[in-house]
Amino acid sequence: MASPQHAELEAGLGRVLGASRVESLRRLTGGASRETWRFQADGNDFVLQRVRPGRPDGLGCEPAVLSAAFAAGVPVPEVVVDGSKSTDLELPFMIVRAVEGETIARKILRDDEFAHARTVLASQLGTAAAKLHSIDHSQISGLATSDQLTMYRKVLDDLGEPHPVFEIAFRWLEKNRPLSEVACLVHGDYRLGNVMVNAEGLTAILDWELAHVGDPMEDLAWLCVRAWRFGGAFPVAGVGSYQQLFVAYEQASGISPHPDVVRWWEILGTLKWGIMCIAQANTHLSGVARSHELAAIGRRVCENEYDILTMLREVLV
Amino acid sequence: MTAPHDRPTAAELIESVREWLERDVAPAVDGRLSFHTRVAMNSLDIVLRELAAGNEMLQRHDAMLRSLDVTSDADLSAKIRSGEFDTSLADVLTSLAPVIEDKVRVSNPKYLLEN
Repeated sequence: MASPQHAELEAGLGRVLGASRVESLRRLTGGASRETWRFQADGNDFVLQRVRPGRPDGLGCEPAVLSAAFAAGVPVPEVVVDGSKSTDLELPFMIVRAVEGETIARKILRDDEFAHARTVLASQLGTAAAKLHSIDHSQISGLATSDQLTMYRKVLDDLGEPHPVFEIAFRWLEKNRPLSEVACLVHGDYRLGNVMVNAEGLTAILDWELAHVGDPMEDLAWLCVRAWRFGGAFPVAGVGSYQQLFVAYEQASGISPHPDVVRWWEILGTLKWGIMCIAQANTHLSGVARSHELAAIGRRVCENEYDILTMLREVLV
Repeated sequence: MTAPHDRPTAAELIESVREWLERDVAPAVDGRLSFHTRVAMNSLDIVLRELAAGNEMLQRHDAMLRSLDVTSDADLSAKIRSGEFDTSLADVLTSLAPVIEDKVRVSNPKYLLEN
């Protein structure tokens, strides 16, 4: 399997790590914007994330955010080399120490191996969120601060597919904005699928690409959006109760999450995912990337209309 | 019913492809291809449910639009956005509920909370 490109990348990794032996390099599935590789250097396991060609946005501030999170005691992989401004591997990259665990939601929710993890995960996610929200973000440059509601209003308008339930949601969200004075570092995609779990529970929080400055309740609520329960019966990541999440968060931060504020963010989160479903189907329909998987996501828009309808009927009486 | 076409009907054709995916393709593949086979089967199931639902859902949608005195989803959306329904948003939700439930019943019936 060792192609010339493999050998070249192994040699490059050896140079940037100052390691004498790099081996077992293999490609993992990555996102649309970057490629992910796993390898060993002098007997230790590492993960390389490298920007794909033609992606001018690079790694953004993710390596800086990860390093700050690690220093604050948030369970995250340790950044060993921040190559976000380096050309040593041709394109921007970072190398982190490998963390072991499972990320596939279906397995975490159903496999016997995670039976104990399921009982503690909601609390652990509450504690980890409290820690990450306490990070001093003033030293991290380039963090987005855009208002989520305004941002997704524009995304939906650009897609040009109006949905009456989503309009009611926008109307209600605009009129009932929580009076949040807190602006902290927010993970931005805090949910099952982006966390690593072993038999004991949470081992790492991954995928910090959407980190930004905002209201901390956004993260707690996103974790509870029904899509991210993956069919699980309980609100928090499919496995836990709001109570477990809130108590752990309060113990670690001293801040008691207000259920109404979390609910506001959960309705916004559901609206966001509904709009993202339209956008993903549109990626197929417009021909940007033809894919029956993306096409099928278009028929998940109504799940979010349904959830918004259910939630709004409880508050609109 | 299917004139001028011969059997199989549209639904029967889709069913035949779905059966082939389930019986021959799914057991022979793994990983990403296995996942994508399940996605394909699921999409065909959606089409089958949509065909089986017939005109009833369209009629319920039309009735909802008439009851709110609007011409389309886009018209209703624009009026909600401009504030025209601000004093009756709960009523609009009540009118929309059966239509949204129809959509979910076709795309993913297991998602409905009553089930």
